[in-house]
Amino acid sequence: MGNKQTVFTHEQLEAYQDNPFRQRIAQVFSEDGDGHMTLDNFLDMFSVMSEMAPRDLKAYYAFKIYDFNNDDYICAWDLEQTVTKLTRGELSTEEVSLICEKVLDEADGDHDGRLSLEDFQNMILRAPDFLSTFHICI
Amino acid sequence: MSQSPAFVLNVLETPEDPEGSQEPSPYDESEVHDSFHQLIQEQSRWVAEEGLELQQRQPETGALGASGSDHETMLGPEGAPVYSMATLRILASMPSRTIGRSRGAIISQYYSRTVKLRRRAGRPQLRDMGRSARPSLRLYDLELDSAVLEEEEKRGLLVKELQGLTAAQRDHMLRGMPLSLAEKRCLREESRPPRGKHRAQRHRGLLSCCDQLRDSCVLASHNLGLALLSGLQALMPWHYALKRIGGRFGSSVLSYFLFLKTLLAFNTLLLLPLLAFIVGVQAAFPPAPTGPVPAFTGLELLTGGGYLTHSVMYYGYYSNATLNQPCASPLDGSQCTPEAGSLPYSMPLAYLFTLGAAFFITCITLVYSMSRSFGESYRVGSTSGVHAITVFCSWDYKVTQRWATRLQHDNIRTQLKELLAEWQSRQHRRSACGQLRRVAVLGLVWLLCLGTTLGCTLAVYTFSELMIKSPVSAEREAVLLLLPLVVCLLNLGGPYLFRILAALERHDSPVLEVYVAICRNLILKMVTLGILCYHWLGRRVGTLKDQCWENFVGQELYRLMVMDFIFTLLDTLLGELVWRLFSEKQLKRKGKPEFDIAGNVLELIYGQTLTWLGVLFSPLLPAMQIIKLLLLFYIKKASLMANCQAPRRPWKASHMSTVFISLLCFPSFLGAAVFLCYAVWQVKPSSTCGPFRTLDTMYEAGKVWVRRLEKAGPRVSWLPWIHRYLVEDTFPIYLVSALLLAVIYLNIQVVKGQRKVICLLKEQISNEGEDKIFLINKLQRVYERKEKSRAGRTEEAVTPPALLTDGWDAQ
Repeated sequence: MGNKQTVFTHEQLEAYQDNPFRQRIAQVFSEDGDGHMTLDNFLDMFSVMSEMAPRDLKAYYAFKIYDFNNDDYICAWDLEQTVTKLTRGELSTEEVSLICEKVLDEADGDHDGRLSLEDFQNMILRAPDFLSTFHICI
Repeated sequence: MSQSPAFVLNVLETPEDPEGSQEPSPYDESEVHDSFHQLIQEQSRWVAEEGLELQQRQPETGALGASGSDHETMLGPEGAPVYSMATLRILASMPSRTIGRSRGAIISQYYSRTVKLRRRAGRPQLRDMGRSARPSLRLYDLELDSAVLEEEEKRGLLVKELQGLTAAQRDHMLRGMPLSLAEKRCLREESRPPRGKHRAQRHRGLLSCCDQLRDSCVLASHNLGLALLSGLQALMPWHYALKRIGGRFGSSVLSYFLFLKTLLAFNTLLLLPLLAFIVGVQAAFPPAPTGPVPAFTGLELLTGGGYLTHSVMYYGYYSNATLNQPCASPLDGSQCTPEAGSLPYSMPLAYLFTLGAAFFITCITLVYSMSRSFGESYRVGSTSGVHAITVFCSWDYKVTQRWATRLQHDNIRTQLKELLAEWQSRQHRRSACGQLRRVAVLGLVWLLCLGTTLGCTLAVYTFSELMIKSPVSAEREAVLLLLPLVVCLLNLGGPYLFRILAALERHDSPVLEVYVAICRNLILKMVTLGILCYHWLGRRVGTLKDQCWENFVGQELYRLMVMDFIFTLLDTLLGELVWRLFSEKQLKRKGKPEFDIAGNVLELIYGQTLTWLGVLFSPLLPAMQIIKLLLLFYIKKASLMANCQAPRRPWKASHMSTVFISLLCFPSFLGAAVFLCYAVWQVKPSSTCGPFRTLDTMYEAGKVWVRRLEKAGPRVSWLPWIHRYLVEDTFPIYLVSALLLAVIYLNIQVVKGQRKVICLLKEQISNEGEDKIFLINKLQRVYERKEKSRAGRTEEAVTPPALLTDGWDAQ
């Protein structure tokens, strides 16, 4: 603490956990979006991923993590990236696209072919497990 | 969430008409279209003049490139995938796109939310609405994207609004804001009401004083708690253990250990009043020993008899007199004068009321936690959405070890494959023959399971009758262990048999399998316990007429608990350790056995039911249960770490936690409460021991007391009055039941109404989405036309006039 600013590179964080979204987490919480976090960013990350953070706040940051191209929408390409990372590329392309199609069917409220923040939050409301899985224990 | 978009259309120069009927109604489509067209023209002119560049982020260009190069971004009626730069610029400054990005947008969003909270008005005033059916575009102000200048103003407004909220609301609002911690800290500092301004808040009066007092109390206790926490880490010994379990096995296995912790809390809640009002008092005033106390041998720990019979452990030890009031001559009818400075303590009343109060508190706590858990996991009007939830909510961020994350990857992949397979199989409908066969197999398996349960019940009944017929002498107390042994063996073997039978039926969804397995196990355990309760209250009371039957029942329950613990240990040893060694050495399989969450939780519920059943006859039984739970935690944790792996099936942790708490409440606690009520109201207590030995039923102690109060005088006459008209009379009970039914019915209707509203809102969102696509496509066409006309004009300027005149001449 104090005046020292410690910068965590995402290689150091990689040693801590083997999360497929670790690069996205680092990018979302870092100040310039390049994956290098200061101590304040690090605290922000643990504050959001703690037990006490409200659901909407977690949903907001989860949306940003899954939005790989940073265009404020989770489009079909983002979904494909997510599913590929979740399964480590072990599903075939047809299966991946089928899953993305079904996800868009289920969650897209205004039928524009991609998920906005409100669609995502609406879907998170229906998943009570989200609070316990989107949680890092210190 | 709907924000009122703020943009005005100053295009229609409608003069103030006295009749007031010149507003364009939404049915004048062309009018609306023209006005929007002019708005777009104004915007593009403004953009061109000001040179408004989007100064935000570098990834914007990358995003544009990515979205342009990859797939289509929008589905429109014409399916135009690529938009011109001008269109994209306008799209990028839409309110719904800036929310996620800039701080100014976040601040203005939260400012409007705070204002709404302060005004507590969900809807705008009706008089502000336009007279047309859909608000016309003229009503809104155009808010241009000059975000940088206004941010400071907006921030100031937000701070002012936050100051108007109460402390709890302010904290709640700040906690939900997606800003960095440093900014939230600044906002909190600035919005804390300054100390000197008491005069301004004087009109709020007492309320603000209470608020401040409460705030300072909360802050002080929070600081104290933090200080204690670092020093008293020993009081929370399981935090690190739970974190390790969560890190290696995920939230599903963690839910079992959290349930164990919950049960520990319930038992402590039950034990404390019993210790304070019954056990402690009787231990301070021990009764005279009735006979020779047998020596302590090791067998007492298993059978609960012998030395322990004449101790605070069982019902028989408690006296039926008023303690602390030694009467010299109670027989001549004169009043006993209590010694100076002593408080008379009626043991029977204390026993009855403490038990009643402890059960009541447990009931309230159970119902509260069940309703809270239910409220979190049930949503009105929600469709399944299982694919989206699996993709976004199934990755457990708690898991930290490399092999555990590999396992998670595999699990998620399997889940997604199963979902796809299920969907595909649903596409191909099964033939009628196949359906019939499935139903027949299901029916057969259920019949077999119920038959097994019936068989186990008959076995327990026969054995208990056998135990009654052959009385046990004091030397052969170990024979008493046979009945608990038989019960526990059946409870151990039954679930394995059910699992084998369940392999015959093939369910479509794995979650249904878990529910069916839980159902069958629960039926077996509850029916067995029911038979045992009948055996104790129905038969044993009759055969043990002159002896202390309550002590016997208490000891039976003690024995059952101890046997249950021993068999759980055996099950852990055989089911997990031996199975792992066997499968590794003999079968040469790498996979470890799965941790059976449902089975283990049912064991916990069963043990808790035994405690609740026995608490009337053995007030120290919750203490036994606490020791058992503590030991169980460490044993299960050790076995889990060494021998098991996480379950492969998808396990909705919060859903299952709700199911477990409901199971704890409904068959378990309700059954124990019914048993206790029957024992208190209907069964004659034994005449040789215990606090109720001279009465017909245990409840009579209360009636006797009320009658004594009536005689005591008019000062406490309200209590007998309450007793006569509210407790003994049945009419108030009917009234309360009718009220409860009415409340439940009203709630059902409210939920139905909410479902309808949700459907309507979903439709509205869908319509708005279509509107948006329509408008964006129109915008795109406008810009395309402009480009073409500009290109055409430059071409005309470039081509020499000679060609044109030639063309004209040719015509």
